[in-house]
Amino acid sequence: MEHVSPRAIEQRDGVRAYLAGQERKSLLRFLTCGSVDDGKSTLIGRLLFDARLIFEDQLAALENDSRRHGTAGDDIDFALLVDGLEAEREQGITIDVAYRFFATERRKFIVADTPGHEQYTRNMATGASTADLAIVLVDARAGIMRQTRRHTFIASLLGIRHIVLAVNKIDLVDFSKTAFDAIADEYAALTDDLGFETVTALPISARYGDNVSAPSERLGWHEGPSLLQYLETVAIDAPSDERPFRFPVQYVVRPNLDFRGFAGTIASGSVAVGDAVVVAKSGRASTLARIVTRDGDLDSARQGQAVTLVLADEVEVSRGNMLVAPTARPHVADRFAANIVWFGESALVPGRSYFLRTETDEVPAHVSALKARVDINSFARQPAKTLALNEVGVVEIATQAPVAFDPYGENRATGAFVLIDRMTNATVGAGMIAYPLRRADNIHWQGLDVDASARAAIKGQKPAVLWFTGLSGSGKSTIANRLERKLHAAGRHTYILDGDNIRHGLNRDLGFSEADRVENIRRVAETAKLMADAGLIVLVSFISPFRAERAMARTLMGEVAFAEIFVDTPLEDCAARDPKGLYAKARKGEILNFTGIGSPYEAPDAPDIHIRTQESRPDDAITEIERWLAARDVSGQHFGDGGGI
Amino acid sequence: MLQKLGGYDTLTHLDRLEAEAIHIFREVAATFSKPVMLYSVGKDSAVMLHLAMKAFYPARPPFPFLHVDTTWKFREMIAFRDRMAAELGFDLLVHVNQDGVREGINPIDHGSSVHTNIMKTVALRQALDAHKFDAAFGGARRDEEKSRAKERVFSFRNAQHGWDPKNQRPEMWKIYNTRVSPGESIRVFPLSNWTELDIWQYILREDIPIVPLYFAAPRPVVERDGMLIMVDDARLKLRPGEVPRQRMVRFRTLGCYPLTGAIDSQATSLEEIVGEMLVARTSERQGRLIDRDEAGSMEKKKREGYF
Repeated sequence: MEHVSPRAIEQRDGVRAYLAGQERKSLLRFLTCGSVDDGKSTLIGRLLFDARLIFEDQLAALENDSRRHGTAGDDIDFALLVDGLEAEREQGITIDVAYRFFATERRKFIVADTPGHEQYTRNMATGASTADLAIVLVDARAGIMRQTRRHTFIASLLGIRHIVLAVNKIDLVDFSKTAFDAIADEYAALTDDLGFETVTALPISARYGDNVSAPSERLGWHEGPSLLQYLETVAIDAPSDERPFRFPVQYVVRPNLDFRGFAGTIASGSVAVGDAVVVAKSGRASTLARIVTRDGDLDSARQGQAVTLVLADEVEVSRGNMLVAPTARPHVADRFAANIVWFGESALVPGRSYFLRTETDEVPAHVSALKARVDINSFARQPAKTLALNEVGVVEIATQAPVAFDPYGENRATGAFVLIDRMTNATVGAGMIAYPLRRADNIHWQGLDVDASARAAIKGQKPAVLWFTGLSGSGKSTIANRLERKLHAAGRHTYILDGDNIRHGLNRDLGFSEADRVENIRRVAETAKLMADAGLIVLVSFISPFRAERAMARTLMGEVAFAEIFVDTPLEDCAARDPKGLYAKARKGEILNFTGIGSPYEAPDAPDIHIRTQESRPDDAITEIERWLAARDVSGQHFGDGGGI
Repeated sequence: MLQKLGGYDTLTHLDRLEAEAIHIFREVAATFSKPVMLYSVGKDSAVMLHLAMKAFYPARPPFPFLHVDTTWKFREMIAFRDRMAAELGFDLLVHVNQDGVREGINPIDHGSSVHTNIMKTVALRQALDAHKFDAAFGGARRDEEKSRAKERVFSFRNAQHGWDPKNQRPEMWKIYNTRVSPGESIRVFPLSNWTELDIWQYILREDIPIVPLYFAAPRPVVERDGMLIMVDDARLKLRPGEVPRQRMVRFRTLGCYPLTGAIDSQATSLEEIVGEMLVARTSERQGRLIDRDEAGSMEKKKREGYF
């Protein structure tokens, strides 16, 4: 809010008139970023203080805090106004983004104060994702740092179009124009190719307030506006109604059988009752019958409004789909190119399955190709196998079902996504879609007349996938072999996919790095799916050490019965048996990345069938699996009556 | 030289805040299996209730409303709560920490810190666990307090309801990660980006009913520890020398009456309240004893599961 005097309100014909004026103010969302100790939090504290937005009790607390934790000597340490977490005040750094609100006579502002440390880059990106403008601070003494470049690059990647380069602590270089010009020139060269609309350099001293709210005499050579004057007047000409209509469906409102409305927020464009609209994924067309709100129906609605739309026809629409303009439709594809910023503590592994989430849609997806990592200093593209925490990459994404989207450059709301780890539910990446891949456009599903159930029916069985996981030498293949013999003898159509055998052929090109192990499992899962589709009972015998890939395999099978069978043999027993002499070699260091020795095995938390080989004989295990199959009616009517195999 | 803001030219500031909050309500209803709205009867809850009614119209909000009653709320708050539930027909759950009641926990003998912990924080955890709610709406705003300013709109809580401020999920664009494992939950704050002024302005614009205690009236108060405490019932034992006097006061925030300071005021209409607010020189939390207990006390309470 903005501080006003009682007289100001009287002069403005009372409260309602004053508030009406407030309502018409425009809103600027910006963030402060840059390297550690460049004065980001201090600057925001100073802006709030100058705008007289610090209440008396807050000021008293601030003076108290400044004495205890402050880094500004006897002066007030304005950073403590925004560094709201205990750890932040103790360490004198910013860890997470803080949001602050203030207003002037001309404009309202939402400020995101973001951390400078590289390890908290994801929090900087969080602040940048909703901002129109970025203030990049640099310390006039230190000039442009690695983090200055990183934050500038991320700002450009996230579609921020206006940059203010605030050359701070100008008092510490004697208000030198030469020092300022040198940094401004270097920065101009740096940002040349990053596609910003405006880059404006301003000298300031956040601590003493020079050129923050008002111009400073000590900076007589600076002719431009003060920082606040600039923020009040910069034109944020974001694209508006000329963009095509996009309505991501959030929720279906269905209070009774007579009403079916699609609730959501208009992502771009506008729509009016009577307009033709199309369901993005199916292409089904309809007409807009009503725009419903609790305050009465509307004739039209535009970008930013949260409304409920009723269509004239009964068409199938659910959350994750989009209602769009028929003449300018979004892409609908399951393969696309994107830029991503990686936030995960564990690295991005191509081939590993993640949940991909757009504003309202969610599908399993994987990175099908990591085209490049972007070097933060040179902005050059380099080849890479994985992306580590805070790295930026160019990737190709494959989703399990098509999603509707626009390129991020055209629409931030419909062109963005995040990746979520399937095990920890952590948000591990943020993506900006560049364009759909041609393959997706040109490869269509071939409709086939003979389907999975027809193929299974002729074999008198239902397909299933039995996924054996466990350490090398745990006994997976032994059990799978015996089970297949029994199934075969009973007339079942089966196939075993065995880890070692597949690596001699289909997966001959793969090694044992984490990325290759993930790809190894992905290929086998896809193969198992084809075989199940052909009506077979598939036995997969693979170490498959990672939970994420086993979860991926389960999801991939869809309706097909899937059992995760954990062949649980302690490492010492496997190593003692060592049927192939592999443990001995691994212990001598002759095999790198051997599961259980140099590479982890993530045991299943809740396997469908848990075989403890120390406690039971292989035949018991087989009986348990047979029961599981019979319970799911997999082996046909001959099985259901308990007749066994 | 500016004015044409992208696509928003006809949306006012309050329109934008309203749309954002409605979007958040719908996102939760669409993705969680058992959400609940914390209804604390104050002005922020009144705004939240109003927004929830809008978000699902013509359907009703598809979740219940939970009031954690410390048994020390102003009597007018309880009367107002029951009237709203009856008028709007929403599903109201009231939870009281019966262990605390048995032990006679109260803000006067045990102090604000113990009382708040047992009757609010622990009580809230009890209610959330008992009903297995996986998402809970709260009315907190980022402008209220420094640690609130750091919190996400969708704020992840572990199975013990704890907040880990150093390890929050990145929250990019309007894409909210709503995935939780069994036992874990998300606190959701649809009013994150509202200021106190926005709240009042919206109440004025939408004519939202609020508890009468927000309006100035003659009330019996005593001065205690530099605050004006209203004598709402006989449980407030008077200290030597304390004599309740009728004074024209109102409340900027509402909580447990022995912990909530009134302010001198002549504002008997919404316009007058907003007028007073605009020239206020102290923050609204100043009237709350519970936030003064110790430095960083809000963050500490939040890490323990407080809203």
